[in-house]
Amino acid sequence: MMKGLFKSNMAIMIVFTAVVLTAPIWLAPIGASYPDLLQKFAIFGVFAIGFNILFGLTGYLSFGHAAFLGIGSYTAVWSFKLLSMNVLPAIIFAVIVAGVFSLIIGFISLRRSGIYFSILTLAFAQMSYSLAYSVLTPITNGETGLQLTLKDPRVIDGMVGIPVTDSLPSTNFFGIAMSGYEGFYFCAVFLIIAFYVSLKIFRSPYGMKLRAIKSNQTRMKYTGFNTRPYLLSAFVISGMFAGLAGSLMAVTDPLAGAERMQWTASGEVVLMTILGGMGTLIGPLLGVGIIKYFENIFSALNDAALHEIYNFLPLGLENVMVAVSSPFVGDGWHLTLGALFMIVVIFLPGGIMEGFSKLSRVFGKSGHEATEDVVSESSSKTEGEK
Amino acid sequence: MSDDNKFSTLSRRGFLKASAAGAAAGAAPMFFVKGANAYVNEPKGGSVTLGFNVPQTGAYADEGADELRAYKLAVKHLNGEGDGGMLNTMKPSSLKGNGVLGKKVAYVTGDTQTKSDAARASAKRMIEKDGALMITGGSSSGVAIAVQGLCQEAGVIFMAGLTHSNDTTGKDRRKHGFCHFFNTEMSGAALAPILEKEFGKDRTAYHLTADYTWGWSQEGSIKKYTEALGWKTKAAVRTPLGAGDFSQYITPVLNSGADVLVLNHYGKDMVNSLTQAVQFGLRDKQVNGKDFQIVVPLFSRLMAQGAGENIKGIYGSTNWNWSLSDEGSKAFVKSFGAEYGFPPSQAAHTCYVQTLLYANACELAGTFNPCGVIEALEGFNFDGMGNGPTEYRAGDHQCFKDVLVVRGNQNPTSQFDLLEVVEVTPRSKVEYSDTMLGGQLGSCNA
Repeated sequence: MMKGLFKSNMAIMIVFTAVVLTAPIWLAPIGASYPDLLQKFAIFGVFAIGFNILFGLTGYLSFGHAAFLGIGSYTAVWSFKLLSMNVLPAIIFAVIVAGVFSLIIGFISLRRSGIYFSILTLAFAQMSYSLAYSVLTPITNGETGLQLTLKDPRVIDGMVGIPVTDSLPSTNFFGIAMSGYEGFYFCAVFLIIAFYVSLKIFRSPYGMKLRAIKSNQTRMKYTGFNTRPYLLSAFVISGMFAGLAGSLMAVTDPLAGAERMQWTASGEVVLMTILGGMGTLIGPLLGVGIIKYFENIFSALNDAALHEIYNFLPLGLENVMVAVSSPFVGDGWHLTLGALFMIVVIFLPGGIMEGFSKLSRVFGKSGHEATEDVVSESSSKTEGEK
Repeated sequence: MSDDNKFSTLSRRGFLKASAAGAAAGAAPMFFVKGANAYVNEPKGGSVTLGFNVPQTGAYADEGADELRAYKLAVKHLNGEGDGGMLNTMKPSSLKGNGVLGKKVAYVTGDTQTKSDAARASAKRMIEKDGALMITGGSSSGVAIAVQGLCQEAGVIFMAGLTHSNDTTGKDRRKHGFCHFFNTEMSGAALAPILEKEFGKDRTAYHLTADYTWGWSQEGSIKKYTEALGWKTKAAVRTPLGAGDFSQYITPVLNSGADVLVLNHYGKDMVNSLTQAVQFGLRDKQVNGKDFQIVVPLFSRLMAQGAGENIKGIYGSTNWNWSLSDEGSKAFVKSFGAEYGFPPSQAAHTCYVQTLLYANACELAGTFNPCGVIEALEGFNFDGMGNGPTEYRAGDHQCFKDVLVVRGNQNPTSQFDLLEVVEVTPRSKVEYSDTMLGGQLGSCNA
């Protein structure tokens, strides 16, 4: 019965919306319920969902998506500087500009597939990074990052008569300030829209063709399909998602820095997708949650905080536990993340989503249902299509 | 296909959770009720939280670790533990060693990763989640400027750590940001007379510059002051940050006709470029009938340790060195050494001093309200903190104090005794007008 429920897009969207909008409540017990981290979850969620449309469906591994994220951010901040502190033009321009760039880069890179495609995208992203870091400093303000200043023209704001004060204006959506929880809910709306778009793509004939490219592109070509338009459009869509994510980063925090475009940032979204489960709808979001949680919460645990956590133990044991755990938190958070990533990749190549389906096979389900769940991948889908 | 099934297996569980959460959603408006605080993170309990945002991973992790040591020491001293360090030498001081305004000092830490985004995320966490009233730290100008902007928007105070670019208190200055560390303008003004004395007026310089704002800032300042002496600048070549191998940049120096090499590098870049320059035999050469010389305008002991033997006899400038013999420095070196077993770096010193200055300003203002604290810090004159008489200039929130010109020690007596102070350039020689670098402070945001 429940299974039938989740065949319907409507039901999925209702549950997803409820889960996202109540995030501030159910994330509170693990200390992740503060505006900045919630915003990051939503923003990188958009980024990863978009990346998953390319990587998850077509199997083309782009190592340069951070470039579009950065381009989105720079465009948005320039829109704040030149036009208006209203976030709407910033987001629209960012998505358009990121789309144009992804069209150009995609057009060139998609001439190759496999590792050569990855290397081409990586090269473009590193090129963008170097340009932003030093060569294009008049546009990007180099290493320091592009920030708002008091002298910015803000033409539209000036025309509609928003008074100029001697403190920096903040980004707003027709008067609603885009910081704190308001900022999170704004990003959450975009996350929900992005998820809906991705769901529609996953369950459409178009998504089917993208999957076909992944499973056997040669055969597809023999049957008379020209695959390149499909690939290019998937690349541009995911580039626009990245641009949207970049503009949302600027919306919640009006600053754009070059390191957003570095290859490590591109690598991060790959990790997120693989960790959560590539090609699944929810997987990338889980990956985002885990990586951002590690980066923000684990990196901040110091010895004092550890003592607090373990203070229910007797003192001797407490000290031992603190000594054992401390290399893995604080500045050692990369170590924990790396270990986790290795465990997932070795034992659950399908990411955490595979872990979930394995778990559900072991617990609470009859063997028959479970096999159906995992094995009937293609058959259930084709039914859905009919 | 697989995706839908995987999705549904999760969501079945998620559905129940979500409906439970949905029921609790009625409580959501509670989140939006802002407390009746007069300013951001007004401390209500018996403690006040400071946020220490330092690079714990990445190229500047060494500096970050040393900064964190200094912060922990400062918190100890403020809470009346340990030997009190500079609390005993600071003049004038309102600090009593019982916390700040009677509240015990607590702290939270974060990792900037020497990336603006990560640093801002970490600072936001401290402000939004941990209730930090003041953010301090950092070992890069880019990060300092990014976090300073954030603190202005958030309405908390930012006490910069190690940042040497002119922009921090120049064109990117903010009302809520304060910088104790010196900048490239002061380095240039302090170094030039010594360079003239040691190497003469008729020199040709060749710059290798880290290709980002700090590097350009330093290249500009050094050029400006050396050209005023009559030096010529042969070329200024930009090198990518973190290049690792500088041989392709150093080879052309040999035949360029220049007789001084200026390395506008910091951290590992400086260690690598200097080591290679020495290995290529630049210092043994004679050009234009003069000994070839190398200058590293910004020096730190941590870098000197990395460069080893190659640092001997090289000139540069520094904010502070542990070998200084004034009361403040001695007290700080003593308590730092007792705590950790080695002397502090200049990064540790500036961070320690910044924490004490902030605490003192709160005591002076009688409140943690940032507007009051800013007023107390602006134009504050103090002494006994290791740099002689110092002023926090009201116009740009930059500290003005004597600048040290140092030289790599020829005969070090210990592994830490790497820099010898050649000259203490008085404050009057390095001071400039507060409008020279442009920028606007804006107004207090609370």
